[in-house]
Amino acid sequence: MAKLIYSMGGTFIDEFSLDKNRLTIGRRPNNDIHIDNLAVSGEHAVIMTIGNDSFLEDVGSTNGTLVNGKIIKKHVLQHGDVVEFGKFQLKYVNEEAALQAANGGVDDFEKTMIIRPAAKVPAMSAAPTTIQVDAKSTATAKSTTSSTALPKVQAIKPAITPPVTLNQPITISAAPSATSMASIAAVSIAKVAMSSTSSAEQAQKPLSSAPPLPSVPPAVTTSEPMANLSAAPINHAASQNAAVGHIQVLSGASAGKELMLNKALTTLGKPGVQVAVITKRPQGYFITHVEGAIHPIINGKSAGAQAHQLNDNDVIELAGVKMQFYLFKAG
Amino acid sequence: MNVSNALEIVRISDVGKRREHNEDAVASDLDIGLVVLADGMGGYNAGEVASEMAILTIIAELKEKMQRITPGKMLESTGLQLESQALVRAVEKANEAIFSVSQSQPQCAGMGTTLVVALFTNNKLIAGHIGDSRLYRMRELQLTQLTEDHSLLQEQLRSGLITPEQAKYSNNKNLVTRALGIDAEVELEVREFNVEVGDIYLLCSDGLTDLVDDEEIELTLQSLNTNLELAANQLIQMANDYGGKDNVSVILVRVLKSFAIEQHWYTHLVNWLR
Repeated sequence: MAKLIYSMGGTFIDEFSLDKNRLTIGRRPNNDIHIDNLAVSGEHAVIMTIGNDSFLEDVGSTNGTLVNGKIIKKHVLQHGDVVEFGKFQLKYVNEEAALQAANGGVDDFEKTMIIRPAAKVPAMSAAPTTIQVDAKSTATAKSTTSSTALPKVQAIKPAITPPVTLNQPITISAAPSATSMASIAAVSIAKVAMSSTSSAEQAQKPLSSAPPLPSVPPAVTTSEPMANLSAAPINHAASQNAAVGHIQVLSGASAGKELMLNKALTTLGKPGVQVAVITKRPQGYFITHVEGAIHPIINGKSAGAQAHQLNDNDVIELAGVKMQFYLFKAG
Repeated sequence: MNVSNALEIVRISDVGKRREHNEDAVASDLDIGLVVLADGMGGYNAGEVASEMAILTIIAELKEKMQRITPGKMLESTGLQLESQALVRAVEKANEAIFSVSQSQPQCAGMGTTLVVALFTNNKLIAGHIGDSRLYRMRELQLTQLTEDHSLLQEQLRSGLITPEQAKYSNNKNLVTRALGIDAEVELEVREFNVEVGDIYLLCSDGLTDLVDDEEIELTLQSLNTNLELAANQLIQMANDYGGKDNVSVILVRVLKSFAIEQHWYTHLVNWLR
C-alpha cells in the first residue's frame, strides 16, 4: 500500500498509509493530516485513493499545493512525488508501483482482473462491503495491491465522494503539548537521528507481503517523477538504438535525396508496383516486402518475402531505384 | 450471410514474451460473417478454458440462430436488427456455459473472459464487446476506436478524474469492470455500423493496446494496408518488441466488396407493382 512520509526540512515527522478512499489535508484539526501552519488553508487538499492510484486535488487553498515544485490543481501521484505545503513536505511512496515499473511489470500483477460493484458480488463471497477483485491467479496474487485498498466502483463515478465524517483525525503532533509549529519541530528533532535512517530504510524495504525483489534499486529521484514512473508509458520513439538509420537515394529522379528512418516503420517504393517497409526494432532495422511481384534486392541479392536485417552501407534496389542504407550515430 | 468473397481476414494470436500460456482465443466464420476474439483470465489454465468456451459457444449458437433469421430485418421494439438480437442471445449462452463450469469445477472458479465480436451482414457491422478487448476501424487512412473499454481506467477517464495523458501512467490498467462468465448475467454492449468498401477493421486484445499506442497502430495500417498479413504480424511484433507482457491477438478484416442482401426477383416485382 502506498504511504505518505511527512517531514519538515528533511526531518521525518510521521507517516500515513493511504488506506482510505479520501484523506483530507489542512490546518483545521479535523483533517486526516493536520498541518498546523498559517501557510496552510483550513481545508487545503484531498487525496483520493482508488485501487493502486492516488489522486491529489487542491480544494481551493489560498497558497496552492506544490508537487515537485510545480503548482497543481489535480495530480495523479507517482512514486517519489514530493507535495509541499509551506515548509512541510509529504513524500508519496508506492514501492509496488515503482517495482512494477522497474521490472517492466510483474506478470501476476499485470494480469487482467475483474473489478465490480459490491452489490453484484455473489452472496458466497466474504467481503460484502468492499469491492471484489477476483484475482484469478489466486495462488500468486499479491493481495497487498488488490482487495484491501479497493473502494466501491460506484464511488468513482461522481469523482469525489461525499465528505467522510472524520472520526479519527490524525494530528501530527507527536507530543501532547505540540500544537504549535515550534514545539512540533522540537519534538521531531529528538527523532531525527533515528528517523532519517529509519525512513530511508523503510523506503528501501518492500512491503512485508511482497517477496524481496532482487536488486531493483528503488532509488527514486524526485526531480523527474515521470522518468522513473515505470508504469511503462508508451515511449518507444527514443528507444534502444542510438544509431539512427538513413536512406540515401542513389539513382533515378530523386537521386541524392535523404530520408531519416526515425519512425517505427517507413514504406518505400511505388504503390501498385513495388513497395517495401523498413521497420525500426530494438535489434536494428529490417526490410520487408509489402507488395509487388518482385522482392527487394539487397546488395544484388533478392531478400525474399521475409524480413531481412539491414547492415550499414547495404544497397537496396526497389522498383528500379537504388538506394543506400546507413547508420548515423547521433551525438 | 455468407461473406467469404466480400471479406479478407487475417487472424493471429501470440503468447507474447512473458507468459507461458496463451489465454487469448481468436476465430472467424465466413459462412455467417463472424469474427470473434476473447482474452481469458483465471488461474492455471482456466483463462484458456473460458476464452475457448466463449468462442466455440458463440459460433455454434449463432450458426444455428442465423439459419432461422430473415437477414436485414429490424425489430421495431429495439431498433436493432434480428442479427444483433441473435448475437446477444449467443453471448448470453456463452456466459451461462462458462459461469456454470466455473461454479461446478473448483479449478475453474472465478474464470472469465473479455470479448469483442464483429458480425458482418447486409453491408452492416454489428459490433459487440465486453471488457477491454477493442474494435477499431480504419477508413480513408484514419483510425477510429469503435468500442469503449469496460475498465476502471475508462471510468476514471470518463468522469474526468484523470486525463488521457495521465492514463498512460496508471497502475490500474488491468482492471476490467465487465467480463463474460463471472456472473450469472452479463450485458453485451452492441452497436451497428454501416460498412464501406475499403474499410479495415481491427479486433485486438489489451496485449496490443497496452503497449502499442493508437498512432503506431494507425501508422502500421496506413503503411501496410496492401498486405494485411504483414500488417497483423507487424502489430504483434511491435507489442513483443516493447516487452510482450501479455498475450497479443489481432484480427484484421478488410471489406473487399459490398455484401448487401440480394433481393429476389419477385420482391422487386411486388415493389414495382405497388
